[in-house]
Amino acid sequence: MTALADQLLVLCLLLNFAVLGTSRLAFSVRAVALQGVVLGVLPALVHPFSWHLVAIVAGIILVKGAAIPILIVRAILKADIQREFEPFIGYIPSLVLGAIFTALAFIFASRLPLAPEHEGLLFVPASLATLMCGFLVLMGRRKAISQVIGYLLMENGIFIFGLLLAEAMPVMVEAGALLDLLVGVFVMGIVINHISREFSSLDTSRLSTLREE
Amino acid sequence: MAAGGQAINCFVLFCLAVACQGASGLPLLFARSSAAAQRFSVLLMLTGSCAGSAAALWSLTSPAPVTFALISGLPFGPGSLGIDALSAWFLIPVFLVTGASALFALGYWPADRHPETAARVTFFLGLLAASLSALLLVRHLVLFLVVWEIMALAAWFALSTEDEKPEVRDAGILYLVTAHLGVLVLFAMVSLIASLTGSYLFPAPGSLPAQGGLASAIFLCALIGFGLKAGVMPLHVWLPSAHANAPSHISAVLSGVVLKVGIYGMVRIFSCFATPPPWWGGTVLILGAISGVIGVAFAIGQHDLKRLLAYHSIENIGIIMIGLGCALLGQSLASPVLATLGLAGALLHVLNHATFKALLFLGAGAVIQAAGTREIEVLGGVGRRLPRTGLFFLTGALAICGLPPLNGFVSELMIYLAGFTSLKSSPGLMGALPVLAVPVLALIGGLAVACFVKVYGVVFLGEPRSPEHVGTGDPPASMLGAQALLALVCVLIGVAPICVARPLENALAAYRGGFVQQALVPMVPFTWITLLAVLLLMLAAGAALWLRRRTGRAAATSRTWGCGYLKPTPRMQYSASSFGSLLVAWFGVVLRPEVHRTDPAGSFPGPAAYRSHLPETALERLFLPLLEYLYEKSAPVRHLQHGKLNLYIVYTFLTLVVLFILTTR
Repeated sequence: MTALADQLLVLCLLLNFAVLGTSRLAFSVRAVALQGVVLGVLPALVHPFSWHLVAIVAGIILVKGAAIPILIVRAILKADIQREFEPFIGYIPSLVLGAIFTALAFIFASRLPLAPEHEGLLFVPASLATLMCGFLVLMGRRKAISQVIGYLLMENGIFIFGLLLAEAMPVMVEAGALLDLLVGVFVMGIVINHISREFSSLDTSRLSTLREE
Repeated sequence: MAAGGQAINCFVLFCLAVACQGASGLPLLFARSSAAAQRFSVLLMLTGSCAGSAAALWSLTSPAPVTFALISGLPFGPGSLGIDALSAWFLIPVFLVTGASALFALGYWPADRHPETAARVTFFLGLLAASLSALLLVRHLVLFLVVWEIMALAAWFALSTEDEKPEVRDAGILYLVTAHLGVLVLFAMVSLIASLTGSYLFPAPGSLPAQGGLASAIFLCALIGFGLKAGVMPLHVWLPSAHANAPSHISAVLSGVVLKVGIYGMVRIFSCFATPPPWWGGTVLILGAISGVIGVAFAIGQHDLKRLLAYHSIENIGIIMIGLGCALLGQSLASPVLATLGLAGALLHVLNHATFKALLFLGAGAVIQAAGTREIEVLGGVGRRLPRTGLFFLTGALAICGLPPLNGFVSELMIYLAGFTSLKSSPGLMGALPVLAVPVLALIGGLAVACFVKVYGVVFLGEPRSPEHVGTGDPPASMLGAQALLALVCVLIGVAPICVARPLENALAAYRGGFVQQALVPMVPFTWITLLAVLLLMLAAGAALWLRRRTGRAAATSRTWGCGYLKPTPRMQYSASSFGSLLVAWFGVVLRPEVHRTDPAGSFPGPAAYRSHLPETALERLFLPLLEYLYEKSAPVRHLQHGKLNLYIVYTFLTLVVLFILTTR
């Protein structure tokens, strides 16, 4: 079973690169959605069966794989943006940096003081790598929608880390985590709406006029 | 059990007081321009004040300190509240002044005339009063900081009530910046204390060793953090503009009580140390002397009635600091008489200054409301139109000058006595320092008399200087009642100081649990003070009676003697600037007055002009240039803040990676 889980985690890592290397927003959203679905399946593989687990899996697949992507795709359609032009960090450098960060994640993970039963698993490096790729998207892209995708990647990274603890996770914590995510997306949605209304553009680099002199 | 029952009763009364004060702003929030709602809120404030004063007086008579662990779930340990005589002593001015100010506001800031600001100022006055009361009861350092912050913000909202005026906004921002700088230093102090004792509770009196770098750091943090709030020179920069631009009853609370919690903080923290090294007391005493003398010198040069009173607050904080310095020196030199007299003088002056300064600010408020300006140079002859306000103002003025038979005299006498004690007994350089208090106090007293002769003479006596600022008449009963209450306290303490001796002794005992307790009565000649006061009052009454009979006989009125001038005008009177110019010139080195003059020239001179202005020297010549310099020098650092969201995320990311590397090595 762990072999299958590891393969899925590798798929997650590859999906990170897919997000990093594309300029098409719709493709990024689909990649993140797919990552969400993969992550949703993962708990079922690593933990023994229980109805609680079923609920978790169903909830995650619904939220991460369907609800949030649909919200973002709607935002894309509404704002009429298909591509991310002129990112701060180009696509090829993004991929290279992503590779470096992934490597770094493996180094960090080997040094983390983990519980003995978690050592040597692919979960920790995959989580760190996804987190850092999310950061990279946040840093490198201009459009507010790309920023939302970056946040989602980061959330996925945090989620992978949480998988280690899924059995110990009480329902409230999961609900809290999911709510957190949803709130994040809502906030970004509102921000996007307001940016486009106030500045007639979804380019976050124009936000620099808001700083204090 | 009886003592415990009494403590619980006191505590319940205090809670009731805080709740009443805190809730007093609510009625007006729901009915913004309703006079009935305002009356109800004043009633709440007065109820709070009565309950609180009763409890404070009650706990002053029984010196046993009590602590309650109230809120247990705090992250920094259980939040505890406590009552002891020291807190109770500081609580009395809180309840007295906030109650009087709320009563004064009924006529001064009526809701039907200020519908858009009355709710705001009432609400924040209530919040300020509640936070001040709570602050003195808190025995947990973190909780103390929380309440301190609430108090600072409530005071800010209250003082910037008229925020449509640019000078009020400037004063508010200056206050906010300095208040937060002070809180920053207090944060450092709290963590230092916690690292010394291992807990976030206030240490027991006399429990900490005063030697070592950590103790010195705590002392300096307390001095700076609380000194910023108390307005010790040169940390006083926020004080004059804030007091001048707040509504007068808020100025009274600011000056009467908010400054005093700075003193309370110092006293409370200093009380935790066993035997402070002599340089602590020396520093406090010298800072006090500087604040006192320079504060009153600045006051003489002011043309703004409330700004002038604000500088007198600095002067009086200086006097309190002199007393506190004597007390600390007395502890380090093992001279209990010096310590007792110094601290007793300081504590009594806290109460006295709160009453007479609040009285003066309320009087100033009445004058401003009647005459429409706070510029001394255009006021004049107000006393004839507001005779009762004039009488109360005169009472406050005499008290602030430290003249018998009023309360200022009693507390200053104690500090004088402390200085003289040291002359007889204490050896060495540090032993000679308290002696310095004597000439300094004398100088302060003399200058204060000069200043208030100027204020009273120019504002209340003489002829009106401008027709539009003549003054209408005495204010309504609520405003007069508030002033009368405070004036009564001034006279009471001045005439019968023996009634504060016992509470004061208990407060001193609370300062240090195991301190060698000295009875105040044999040290301070209370009987002589009372005799002198009664004699003076009788003399004054006799003189007044005699004058009335004389003037009653010859009621003829005529023009003032014209000095040979054909057309005397009110503009020929001594003005405030001319009265103060000599003294201002003496202190010119420190005060740096700005004078603009066009002298008359030639045999047939044209129009001449003279204008003098006393800037806030410490702010304009020291702090602002320093900040400007820092601003220029920090330009490279400020490039980091460019407003680009992506780069901010890079900062976050880099920080995370660095932390990761540091912690996993």
